[in-house]
Amino acid sequence: MTTWTVLDEQRPVSLEIAEDGSLDPSPLGWKRQPEGLCRDEICIPVPAGSTLDLTTLGRLLGRPVVIDSDEKIAAIGASSQDRAAALRSGIAPDFALPDINGVIHRLSDHRGRKVVLYAYASW
Amino acid sequence: MWQALHEELAPLGLSVITVAIDATLGAARPYVLSAGATHPSLVDTEHTVADLYNMVNVPTVLWIDETGRIVRPNDVHYVSGEYSTYTKFHPRKPMNALRAWVRGEADALAPELQAKPIDQLVAMPTQSDQEARAAFAVAWNLSQQGKTEAAERWFVRAGELAPHDFTIRRGSMPIRGIDASGPAFFEMRTDWAAKGNDYYKPLADLASSDEDFEAEPVPETDIAAIRAKDQAIREKFV
Repeated sequence: MTTWTVLDEQRPVSLEIAEDGSLDPSPLGWKRQPEGLCRDEICIPVPAGSTLDLTTLGRLLGRPVVIDSDEKIAAIGASSQDRAAALRSGIAPDFALPDINGVIHRLSDHRGRKVVLYAYASW
Repeated sequence: MWQALHEELAPLGLSVITVAIDATLGAARPYVLSAGATHPSLVDTEHTVADLYNMVNVPTVLWIDETGRIVRPNDVHYVSGEYSTYTKFHPRKPMNALRAWVRGEADALAPELQAKPIDQLVAMPTQSDQEARAAFAVAWNLSQQGKTEAAERWFVRAGELAPHDFTIRRGSMPIRGIDASGPAFFEMRTDWAAKGNDYYKPLADLASSDEDFEAEPVPETDIAAIRAKDQAIREKFV
């Protein structure tokens, strides 16, 4: 077993990964059950005999995975289908971000007002 | 520059929220302080908002109504004319339209655009875009650990996966010790244009025209002067 850092939609999670790549997905919020890979009421069937490694996990969840075996770090991104579906719904996705003093603000704090969301950069 | 609009339009029910897509809170700090911003001025070090809204460049602006619906998806607006002769974007139409929308005098989108589904107005993220964001996340994490060489490989990979994503390609430059407003940037932008691509993808209804430049003339953009001013701001607000 080796301890990896897996960035789950940017959130770092420690994960134990075996020599053959297999892993217990519990720290990511998914449980390996007889029915498949489960979270809450959702279960995704896992093909019989397949090793549940990072690549398989990403494929089952429809999410992109990048893996750096040398550095023992990986990232599981958000699925493009989920992101596109959220945007097609028309509802502005909520978020929580810090200001320059580290105080967290949420978009939803401004419900009931019009909002102009302006992204820029210092670069 | 958003501070003045915030002061003008907040009493009419508008919240101005700016998000700096920057590597650290400190990188955005001089610009927020020098603007005297009293509206929420946030920093997106993990590209969270960029990911949620499929933002691939700055500036990117969205208008959201009182019920939390996106009424104007990803567009390109400038508040001032400082860059206008360089970018060809003039602030006149978007700023007038913003005022009219906040006052309830006009819709956020022209009728012909309202009739279209959002995925015909702006690009939806592809799986390759999302893989690029995952690669960027790995690069940024490795970079913060001081693993510069490993990080560099993933920054490059992220840019290859989403060559149109300048929050990745240009936004990673300061982290990698590259001047994001220097020769590497201009070369990247020229190369992108030479392949027939647009660097900015504004919505059609508020796009700038010659009429804007005639109605409200702007001074010739002086990149060197802007860079000197930015440098002075960074030195003043360390």
